[in-house]
Amino acid sequence: MNHLIDRRLAGGNKSAVNRERFLRRYKEQIRRSVKGIVAERSITDIDKGGNVNIPARDIREPVFRHGPGGDREIVHSGNREFVAGDTIPRPQGGGEGGGRGNEGGEGEAVDDFVFSLSREEFLDLFFEDMELPDLVRNFLGDIPERKWVRAGYRREGSPNNLAVVRTLKQSLGRRIALSAAIRDELEAARAELEDAERRSVSIMQISMLRERVETLEKKLKRVPFLDELDLRYRNRVAVPAPVARAVMFCLMDVSASMDERKKDLAKRFFTLLYLFLTRKYEQVNLVFIRHTDNAEECDEQAFFHDPRTGGTVVCSALELMHEIVEERYNDASWNIYAAQASDGDAFGSDPAKSVRFLREFLLPLTRYFAYIEIPDENDGRTSTLWAAYEELPAVARNFAMRRVGGHSEIYPVFRELFGKETA
Amino acid sequence: MTGVQEAEAGVRVSRPISQGPEWTFELIRRYDEAIGECAREFGLDTYQNQIEVIASEQMLDAYASTGLPITYPHWSYGKEFIRNEALYRKGYQGLAYEIVINSDPCISYLMEENTITMQALVVAHAAYGHNSFFKGNYLFRQWTYADAILDYLVFARNYVMKCEERYGVAAVEEILDSCHALSPHGVDKYKRPGAKSLKDEARRQIEREENARQLFNDLWRTLPRKEAPQPETSARAAFPAEPEENLLYFIEKYSPKLEPWQKEIVRIVRKIAQYFYPQSQTKVMNEGWACFWHYTLINRLYDKGLVNDAFMLEFLQSHTNVITQRGFDQPGYGGLNPYALGFAMYQDLKRICEAPTDEDRQWFPDIAGGDWRQVLDFAMRNFKDESFIAQYLSPKLIRDFRFFAIADYADESELIVDSIHDEAGYQRVRTLLSRQYNRDYMVPDIQACNYERDGDRSLTLRHQMPRSRPLREDEAEETLKHLGRLWGFTVRLESVGDDGEVKSVLECPG
Repeated sequence: MNHLIDRRLAGGNKSAVNRERFLRRYKEQIRRSVKGIVAERSITDIDKGGNVNIPARDIREPVFRHGPGGDREIVHSGNREFVAGDTIPRPQGGGEGGGRGNEGGEGEAVDDFVFSLSREEFLDLFFEDMELPDLVRNFLGDIPERKWVRAGYRREGSPNNLAVVRTLKQSLGRRIALSAAIRDELEAARAELEDAERRSVSIMQISMLRERVETLEKKLKRVPFLDELDLRYRNRVAVPAPVARAVMFCLMDVSASMDERKKDLAKRFFTLLYLFLTRKYEQVNLVFIRHTDNAEECDEQAFFHDPRTGGTVVCSALELMHEIVEERYNDASWNIYAAQASDGDAFGSDPAKSVRFLREFLLPLTRYFAYIEIPDENDGRTSTLWAAYEELPAVARNFAMRRVGGHSEIYPVFRELFGKETA
Repeated sequence: MTGVQEAEAGVRVSRPISQGPEWTFELIRRYDEAIGECAREFGLDTYQNQIEVIASEQMLDAYASTGLPITYPHWSYGKEFIRNEALYRKGYQGLAYEIVINSDPCISYLMEENTITMQALVVAHAAYGHNSFFKGNYLFRQWTYADAILDYLVFARNYVMKCEERYGVAAVEEILDSCHALSPHGVDKYKRPGAKSLKDEARRQIEREENARQLFNDLWRTLPRKEAPQPETSARAAFPAEPEENLLYFIEKYSPKLEPWQKEIVRIVRKIAQYFYPQSQTKVMNEGWACFWHYTLINRLYDKGLVNDAFMLEFLQSHTNVITQRGFDQPGYGGLNPYALGFAMYQDLKRICEAPTDEDRQWFPDIAGGDWRQVLDFAMRNFKDESFIAQYLSPKLIRDFRFFAIADYADESELIVDSIHDEAGYQRVRTLLSRQYNRDYMVPDIQACNYERDGDRSLTLRHQMPRSRPLREDEAEETLKHLGRLWGFTVRLESVGDDGEVKSVLECPG
C-alpha cells in the first residue's frame, strides 16, 4: 500500500536557521557590502533591501581536488570534424600547462556570491549596535505603553488561552472527589453481592444487590470527564511599562551656499537618522527644522524634497528649536536630541550668538547634540561655525561634531555618533 | 514507443484517467495505482512508496540539505539555500521536478506547481524507477540501510544540536566545517560496517560515556607507574600498519586531541558521507534507470489507453528535455549528461536484446537476442557507473553520441584528439569514458600512512598522484588546515608520483 501525503502545510522554511547561520558567519563581509550600497544609492532607495556581494573565495568550502596539470584524457560528445591524432591549441593558452577551466562541473565558480537581503535584514545589519545615547526610561502615566504579563489562572477566558494541563488537573481532582464515595459504596456492594452469591441467599435478595451494583456503576459513569467547572484559562494583566519618550530635532541649513552636493549629503545623513529612529524607537517624535536667514518647521516631505534657498542665520534655527521645546516638550519626561547639518558658513555675530545660545539654553536641555559639517570639496579651511563650535565639546559632554566630506563618510560618521559605546 | 503501440493499436481503447492539466490527490492516487500495476507487469521490485506533495519553498529547503529530509543546522546549507533561492526567484533555474530519498519506505517529493502529467512522470521516475534501483543495486544494498537512515538523521540532528547547547554553536561549527572539508575522504570503499539503528547508536553513545565515567578513578593517577616494557625500536614499526584511506575514520579513532563529542560529530559526518557514496558511484546508472522506466511505464499507460495524446505530448517534451545531450561546441554544454547517457544505454541494451545487429552479436555475444528484462535487471543490480560503461557501452552508442577523447598531457603544447567513434577507437573511448567515472578520477587518492604515536604525534598523509595530476594547491592548503584542526598536531601531505618519489610536501603545523 503506497502512501500519498500532503506536506504542503507542514512547516516550510526549514532553512531559516541555516540562512541565519550563514548571515551571522559572514556578517563582516555583508556589512562591508551594505556600507557600499548605501554610498551608491539615491536617497529614496536607501531603505530598500538589497543585493549583497560576497567574494566567492571567502565562502568557499575547500576540499582536496585535482588541479590543472598532469596527464589525462576527457571524453566529450558531439564530434564533427576531429579524427584521431588531430591537435587542438589549448584554450586560453594557459601558461603552466593549465588544463581546461571547467570540465564536468569540477570547475569552481569565481563569480561573487550574490544574494538579496530583505529590508528588515538590511536595516538590522545597518543599524546594529546603535543606540540613542543617554536615553532615560521613565514611568509615564499618560503613555499607553503596557506590557502583558502572566498572572495565574482564571475561570473564564477565550479558548486560545485555555490552560490544558491545569484544566485536566482540575478535572482529575474533581473526578476523584466526586467518585470516591461512590467507589467505596460500589466496592462494598460488590463484596456484599459476592458474599451473598457464595452463601446462596434468596434470588430476590441477590437481584436486589445486583441492581444496586449496577446503579452504582452507572452513577460512577455519570461523573463527567470534563466539566465546565474544570476549565481554567491563563490570565494576563496589563502593567504599565517604562518607556522612553524622545524627540529628535533635525536642523538643516538650506541656504544658497549649501549646493546640491552638500544638501544631498546632509539629506542622506538625516535619512539615515530618520530610518534609524523610526526603526528602533516607536516613541520618538521627529521635528524637522530648516533654515536660511529665518527658520521654519516643516514636515519630512518638505524637509527632504523641497528646494529652497536664501541667506544664512544659524541662530534662527536654534531659537526656533528652543521655542518648540518650550511649547511642546517642556517636560522632564522627554529625552531631547538634536542633529544639525550645515556647511559651516555663518556671518557676523551669528556664530558667537549661536554658541552662546547653545551653551546657555539648548545644551542643558538636550541629551545629545550632534553637529555635522559638510565643507566644500577639497577645502581644508576651518569654517566660521566650526571654529566657534569648537569650544563646545570641552564644556558640554553631550555635544559632538564631525565633518563629512563625501558619500562614503556618512555611514562611518553616523556610526561614530550613535555607536553603542558612546552611550 | 511506436513498436509496442502498433502491435496493440488495433485494440487500443481510450479511457484516460485524466483530461486537463490540473492534479488532485485522487488523480495522483489513480495514476500511482496504474503505474504500479504496469511496474508489476515488468517485474520491478520496489520498496513501499511514500509520496509527498510539497510546495516550492519546501523543495528549496530539501535542495539545501542535499536532498535529505532532516539535517543538522549548518551555514553551508544556508549558503546553498540562498544560492538556489536567488536563482529560482530570478528564473535562472527551475526546480527539479522531484527529490527521492533512499529509504524504506522510499520517500518521493512531488511539487505542488506541477501539472498532472509531470506528477505522473515523477511517480514513474522516482517511486518506481529510482526506488527499484535503490532496492536492487549492489552498492546500495551493501552500503545503505534504507530502513535506518531516517532514524539516524534524527539522531544526528539531535546530537549536533545538543552539542551546540553544551559547547556553543561556534565550537560545533568549527568541527563540522573541518569534517565537511574531508567528507569526500570519509568513505569506506570495501569494508562493510555493522548495521546500527538509531537506538543502537544512541545506546552505544550513552554506554561509552557512562563507561568512561565509571572507569574514571582519580586514585589510579597516584599509583606509581610500572615501567612499561620498552618496545624494541624495530617493533615500533610505522603506524598504521596499512595506509588508511578513510581519513575521517582514522581521525575518529586515533585523533589525539578530539573530545568524545567531537569524535561523535566526525562519525556523524562520516556516516552521512558513506550514505551518499553509492549515489555518487551510480549517477549514470541510477538516473538512466529511472528515465528508462518512466519512459517505458508511461508508454505502457498510453498503450493501455489510460492517458491521452495531450498527456503524451507534454510527457515527451519533458522527457526529451531531460535526456538531451548537447555537443561539446553547443551553448550550454556542461559535460556529459548522466540522464542522457544512462537512458541511452538501457534503451540500447533493450535494443541489443530485441533486435541485435551483427556488430552487437560480435560485441555482446552473451546478451544479444536475450530477454531484455533479465539483462537489464542483471545490469542494474551488479554494476556501478564505471563497470557499467566498461561492460555495456556499445559502438552504436559511441557513434550516436559522437564521442571523442581529448588527451591533455602536461608535456604537450597542444591538446591531442586521442580517439573518436571509429572502428579503431571504440574500445579506447569506452575504456576512457569508464575511467572517467572512476571515483579516483574525481576524488584524489589520499591516505593516512604514518602517525608518529611515540614521537611528535604528527600525521603524514600520502597523496598518490596518478599520472602526475597535482592537487589544486591553494585549496589543498586550506583543507589541510581543517585536517590540522581535527588532528591537533602537525599534519603533512606528501604527493607521490607514479615512480614512488615524493614530489611535493605541504605541511600544517599543529
